[in-house]
Amino acid sequence: MMFDNTIITNKPASPALDFKPKSHGYIPRGLTFAAVIIIIIMLVIILGNIVYNGAGTISWEFLSHPPENGMESGGIFPAIFGTVFLVILMVIAVVPVGVMTALYLYEYTDPSSKITRIIRVAINNLAGVPSIVFGLFGLGFFISFIGNGMDSIFFESEGPVWGQPAIIWAALTLALLTLPVVIVSTEEALRTIPRELREASYALGGTKLQTIARVIIPQAMPGILTGSILAVSRGAGEVAPIMFTGAAYYLPYLPSKLNDQFMEMGYHIFVMATQSPDVEATKPILFGTVLVLLLLTFLLNFVAIFIRSSMRRKRVNV
Amino acid sequence: MNSMIELKFKPKSRIREFLGEKFIAINAFVALIAIILIFIFIFKEALPIFTDPEIQEEASLGKMTFKQEYYEGREPKWSWQPNSEVPKYSLLPLFIGTLKAAIVAMLFAIPLGVGAAIYSSEFANKRMREIIKPVIELLAGIPSVVLGFFSLMILATILQNLFNFTFRLNAINAGVALGIAVIPIVFTIAEDAMTSVPQSLRDAATALGANQWQVSFTMVLPAALPGISAGIVLGFGRAVGETMIVLMASGNAAIISGSFTDSIRTFSATIAAELGEVVFGGGHYTVLFFIGTLLFIFTFLINLGGDMILTRLKVRIQGKA
Repeated sequence: MMFDNTIITNKPASPALDFKPKSHGYIPRGLTFAAVIIIIIMLVIILGNIVYNGAGTISWEFLSHPPENGMESGGIFPAIFGTVFLVILMVIAVVPVGVMTALYLYEYTDPSSKITRIIRVAINNLAGVPSIVFGLFGLGFFISFIGNGMDSIFFESEGPVWGQPAIIWAALTLALLTLPVVIVSTEEALRTIPRELREASYALGGTKLQTIARVIIPQAMPGILTGSILAVSRGAGEVAPIMFTGAAYYLPYLPSKLNDQFMEMGYHIFVMATQSPDVEATKPILFGTVLVLLLLTFLLNFVAIFIRSSMRRKRVNV
Repeated sequence: MNSMIELKFKPKSRIREFLGEKFIAINAFVALIAIILIFIFIFKEALPIFTDPEIQEEASLGKMTFKQEYYEGREPKWSWQPNSEVPKYSLLPLFIGTLKAAIVAMLFAIPLGVGAAIYSSEFANKRMREIIKPVIELLAGIPSVVLGFFSLMILATILQNLFNFTFRLNAINAGVALGIAVIPIVFTIAEDAMTSVPQSLRDAATALGANQWQVSFTMVLPAALPGISAGIVLGFGRAVGETMIVLMASGNAAIISGSFTDSIRTFSATIAAELGEVVFGGGHYTVLFFIGTLLFIFTFLINLGGDMILTRLKVRIQGKA
């Protein structure tokens, strides 16, 4: 309503006078173009520096060996392993919940209903909670409340079994952090499924649940996949939420149980960059690790973008 | 063929339908429950500040806010030194640090983010847009620890060589890196708002004799302004909450100073740097969770506000189109 006023009633009397014909807007065009160029240059500087300094380090040895000599030589295999283990657990936790949330919001409820709106606000807010707050929550809820609670029920006399930093708590913390990513992606996919497909399924006698399981989910698979990949890419790069919930600076063994601690690439970068006694000596390994993490997240992002754009293309054809 | 498909659906089971729907519904509430639990469990750990006299002895609301005389006879001051003999928990130095980093970040991110969004939505041809979008997505995809690392190792040196800073790691260095993380948020939301302005409005302006950039600046920008400001607000929320970049690039010195070339320590970095070494349930621990509560409430309000602006804008633009 306001909108109409500003656009229409403010200008009608002498519209032609407001638009001076001589001005072509070269200045705004140039300035905004400059903004684009600066952003591109920054990206090139960041990536160029990291690739230039890190590319020499990457070798099969670097990827497959544990660190040696207080991180000054050797590789980052345990950090890669820990990261992969972590995001696998995270995906197992986040994808089913995220997909079902999207299904509930899109297939079961009226989008204008109060409860849908409240859930939507919660999802948007969850996406905006600072990652360090997730870390605090993981410590306060998963470790001290759930973990200690489990310990006091099942393992009375022993030391902490679950009530300590562990890969499962870090993974669950990250799962909450990435939940909005999965929900949004899945919902976008649900929106592209034509109504006729649902109606066809009902016409053949399918129930709602059968329709969802046999028609909706297979059709939405690219979107679910995109969401999962983006969640992995996001989760693999987050450090603040796992600092207190399970990541360790150095471990002589690989995590094998859900309550083990683990090494992780992002945390490895943080610790090496800020707490290494001799930063110059660790520099090649540091840049190498950053490059591996960056390649991993970019690769995942590219795959996600590719799946999404081919999904969009398909929608146009339908 | 038809009969085959029909056979694939087993007879309807009301119980299974009912349970299935309820199960999906329960999962849909995880996000809502999570946001409530996050508040409860962080606030719960911060609660002793309001209730426990022993903790209040060390860190009460007043002690965190006002000047304190920590040693007899010395001048009262604001100070954050939780590990000294007399623990000092004034939040003012952290508040100033957080604000300085966020201000630099926004001064850096708003012109670039909004500018690029205007270019992408109003001036760019299709090929240019196909370059800008992936560039922004790549920028958004850089993990914050990598940005922190970049500003610690590379950006800080570049800036020091350019401006001769006394302190290599300072508010400007951290703020610029933070700004790089904020640009994609500002860009995405602002661009979205501008491209959702209906074509009919653009056509109307064109019909009234406006050329391309006049359409943009007299029609599209005013209409999309709420969306652009929502992007800025949400970007500010991110700048305040972001942790790894400031933790690595700010110098982490909790000092009170108006100068942007001094080192700073922010709320988020303080939690990240200190939580690992605190006594569980002690005064320091409680204060860190209190800071977490403040961060949560602040970003919650920012997100709620940004959300509201965007929803209203959508209704206004699309409902009236």
